[in-house]
Amino acid sequence: MKTNKTSRPSSVAALRRVDATKTFEKSLATRPTGKYVLRLFVAGATARSRQAVLRVRQLCEAELKDNCKLEVIDIYQQPNLARDNQIVATPTLIKEFPRPVRRFIGNLLNTTGLFVELDLIAKGKIAF
Amino acid sequence: MKNNGHKSTSPTAGLPKCPTGIQGLDEITGGGLPRGRPTLVCGGTGCGKTLLAAEFLVRGAVQFGEPGVFMAFEETEAELKANVASLGFDLAGLIRRKKIAIDYVHIERSEVQESGEYDLEGLFVRLNHAIDSIGARRVVLDTLEALFASLPNEAILRAELRRLFRWLKDKGVTAVITAERGRDQLTRHGLEEYVSDCVILLDHRVNEQIATRHLRVVKYRGALHGTNEFPFLIGDEGISVLPITSLGLNHKISVERIATGIPRLDAMLGGRGFFRGSSILLTGTPGTGKTIVAANFAQAACRRGERTLFFSFEESPNQIIRNMHSIGLRLEPLVKRGLLRFHAARPSLYGLEMHLATMFKEIAAFQPHVVIVDPITSLMDAGTASECRAMVTRLVDYLKAGQVTTLFTSLTQAGHALQQSEASMSSLMDSWLLLQDFEGNGERNRVLYVLKARGMAHSNQIREFLISDRGIDLVDAYIGPSGVLTGAARVAQTAREKAEALASQQEAARRQRELKRKRAALEQQITGLRSEHEASAEELRQIDEQVGRQTRLLTTERTELGRLRQADISVAASTRGNSKPKSKR
Repeated sequence: MKTNKTSRPSSVAALRRVDATKTFEKSLATRPTGKYVLRLFVAGATARSRQAVLRVRQLCEAELKDNCKLEVIDIYQQPNLARDNQIVATPTLIKEFPRPVRRFIGNLLNTTGLFVELDLIAKGKIAF
Repeated sequence: MKNNGHKSTSPTAGLPKCPTGIQGLDEITGGGLPRGRPTLVCGGTGCGKTLLAAEFLVRGAVQFGEPGVFMAFEETEAELKANVASLGFDLAGLIRRKKIAIDYVHIERSEVQESGEYDLEGLFVRLNHAIDSIGARRVVLDTLEALFASLPNEAILRAELRRLFRWLKDKGVTAVITAERGRDQLTRHGLEEYVSDCVILLDHRVNEQIATRHLRVVKYRGALHGTNEFPFLIGDEGISVLPITSLGLNHKISVERIATGIPRLDAMLGGRGFFRGSSILLTGTPGTGKTIVAANFAQAACRRGERTLFFSFEESPNQIIRNMHSIGLRLEPLVKRGLLRFHAARPSLYGLEMHLATMFKEIAAFQPHVVIVDPITSLMDAGTASECRAMVTRLVDYLKAGQVTTLFTSLTQAGHALQQSEASMSSLMDSWLLLQDFEGNGERNRVLYVLKARGMAHSNQIREFLISDRGIDLVDAYIGPSGVLTGAARVAQTAREKAEALASQQEAARRQRELKRKRAALEQQITGLRSEHEASAEELRQIDEQVGRQTRLLTTERTELGRLRQADISVAASTRGNSKPKSKR
């Protein structure tokens, strides 16, 4: 019995390894599913903040077809969150999901990088 | 050094200062960093920037009641806590009591994508939040330049940094900003451009395999400050800067005299020994008995009930105790009674500054009346001559300020010019004893001179220095026509002198006797001559008498003759003188 028990974890680990490899291959092959989770940190109602908020809303509606969850946070009102989310520059847009996490700093007027990262190029939507 | 108020103690008021509490730094800057303004601390890797900043914050919170915010760009909160804990600071406790807040700012460069215009308001908000949450008066930004690596747009960054420093000033916090040393400029990204109030440069140099940290106040707007490079070290109680000039020459002076433990030496020093609080240099070639004199001095001090601290850089305490036992000095009971304490360390163990700091710490802990450093020259190995001299200066100043009598022994290499090699150190000393070997007649003998003793009449004579199992004794060396004689030669000379003295005594007695005899003979002779003289005088008298009688007789006869020739008596009388012509006729 004892030998069985001790041998089991190694077999489990082996299984897990196989699992991990499979997941990795799968994730590479298929596009992530599920809602985009976006969080936008702005500092007050500045022109830059407004531009950023506007841009993200536009993006969510037009490109992601409401397949996204957007949260806009004013760090003046919630300074704790600035610290918890390591916000240095404002505005900052954090793409929490799908992985990997990405941060876009600026008022989002320059969208090329944003589109690449949001995986929208495949749809041929570069000309925003 | 440590003032507990919020106000600066600087005599040059005007610019309010914020005491750092860091040993020595407040003295150099005349009271601390400029209050309410940012200070830039720059330096290369591993020269203690973060530590200086952390200590500024912790001491501010603990000693001056000023809470502080530490914004770390390089180390996480846990790392920082661990690092500062090594200096004995309880950062976690201070954070819990809301005395210190740490905010770790981290930007993963690979995650960040620039897409448009931005500012660093996030940083401002975090800083502001941290400051307001604990009512901070002090802020540390360590190392702000990390932002240059993580944010791509340098133009925005520079504009924002300028705004940040302005904001810090407006906020009224005293800030310390650390920055990496640049190649041609003070900082790698030219932060000194923005921080114009106070710039402190740290430096870590290796000179002859010995690493020393240096601190220099490059700039301090609106205040006088020490401009030199000051060595500093990171001990287990934080940073201590060791300013050479900070103590000055205005310490109190004692007129009390203390015995050396060697009565004859006291006699040479005006009969009463050294002044209390003076510094004494004892130089000598190897094996001349420096440690013995030092131990004697220590014992004498302990017997007076004074605490004595013995720094030994050559021998272990037990070895000294054993060796001194052989000449009748019992140090062990004094150690047991807590009057004598040894501190032994190899000079090569660490750098000079560390030695000095360790000594300061020991002195502060033990509060001795007498300090012995045996030998000070060993420390020369731990640094260059000028550094060593600077260190001795600081030590002497420190001890004099505390009225501690200090005896430094100093080893002179055989064959060196005895007095030359110590000249640089001797000027710091109030008294200087020289122990020397005299070689001759197949033996070596120790002699002692008092080369100088400020403020007292002292003997200029050489003394022979004898070590026996009963201790030390000083005897007069023989000084005669054939030079200075010591040891066996002196004993032989004394014996010879004794013999000579005896011989000359006998000779004198003999001559005395002879003279007496001669005198007696002369006296005899004188008596003989005197009687002879008297005899001749008698004879002379008799002759005179005889002549007188004959004359009288002749006159009578002539008168008779004249009367017979019927001559007038008067004529005869008148012509008596012309009797001859008459008789011729």
